[in-house]
Amino acid sequence: MSWQWFHRLGSPRWFYQKTSVWLPWLGTASLLLLAVGIAWGLGFAPEDFKQGNSYRIIYIHVPAAFLALAGYYIMAICGAIGLIWKMKLSFVVMRAAAPIGAALTFIALFTGAVWGKPTWGTYWVWDARITSMLILFFLYLGVMALSGAFAREQSGDKASALLALVGTVNIPIIYKSVDWWFTLHQPATLKLTEASTIDPSMFYPLITMIAGFYLFYAWVLTLHTRSLILQREWRTQWVRELLGQSAPAAKV
Amino acid sequence: MHPARKQRLILVVLLVALSSVAVGFVTYAMRANMDYFYAPSAFVAGEVPLEKRIRAGGCVVPGSILRDDDSLDVRFALTDGEAEVEVVFDKILPDLFAEGEAAVVTGKLQQGGYVRADQVLAKHDESYTPPEVADTMVGKADCKGDAKI
Repeated sequence: MSWQWFHRLGSPRWFYQKTSVWLPWLGTASLLLLAVGIAWGLGFAPEDFKQGNSYRIIYIHVPAAFLALAGYYIMAICGAIGLIWKMKLSFVVMRAAAPIGAALTFIALFTGAVWGKPTWGTYWVWDARITSMLILFFLYLGVMALSGAFAREQSGDKASALLALVGTVNIPIIYKSVDWWFTLHQPATLKLTEASTIDPSMFYPLITMIAGFYLFYAWVLTLHTRSLILQREWRTQWVRELLGQSAPAAKV
Repeated sequence: MHPARKQRLILVVLLVALSSVAVGFVTYAMRANMDYFYAPSAFVAGEVPLEKRIRAGGCVVPGSILRDDDSLDVRFALTDGEAEVEVVFDKILPDLFAEGEAAVVTGKLQQGGYVRADQVLAKHDESYTPPEVADTMVGKADCKGDAKI
């Protein structure tokens, strides 16, 4: 089997040039979906018969939590690819994914707290779901801190990739915590194997928001990866040429 | 695949597998502490210590809410479908607290088998329904009273 395509994928220069074409499409599509989803979910979807309007936090909370978990796997898998194939670009994507994931986890925790006060009667409880989500937030911060803690960039890559991989243990725990243990947090509304317990009029804007968040994540991850590539590769010929062409003042 | 890469792949898989097993053992050992609250049947089975701060969770039994006429005092029963436990509370209940809805209370189990609560939280279920659809539903679909609420 030829691994050539795989190794070409690992070239930061190739990635930078390819994504220049994708970026505007990705950005437009994600902002469009998010705008439609937000207007639909916050403005037009009916209110819940028990919670009233406060349930609308679901349109931010659930997509953010989805991407916080999925983004962790993206980060860890990139770390694994980097370790196994010694692929520079993979480590760069891993580093780029950490702050985005941390921000999404924070959004999920924060919106959950805002919703918890009027619904449960408290901002915070230490149940299994919420505590494991807080651990996820600390894992993201840990990967960010560890990747920057070494003078040699390669040491930071390896150490933070190992931490990211060990941390994957937490993801199924977060996901299944509401089924395995008694928690204050309710079980999942969107189910893979059976009918979701949400009315279609509320479900479609939610799916739109989730799709929008996925595209937005891809967009932001690509943007951040590109800026990290330029920072890492600034000594190389192609980056110098690129900067020389677009911004002559940037020459050092 | 290059042998060196294969070796690193195996090491990565081992790292994830072993840390999963380790965390699995830890959570298994702490399984009783992973639950946020005791179900009412645990009270009946005598698993809940007296005069210690504990939490109880379950469905508020319809018709069990008794309010005092001239104070905030309220009594109600929680059930998990198998057993019931009585709760006494003297503060303001959350908005979504209602008969047939789930609630989680923090307090101390008293001599006589009831819980004197100092906090009552409403537990929301995972269903979302517009008012028009809720009006057409026959009976209350939520809080079925099974053990896993």
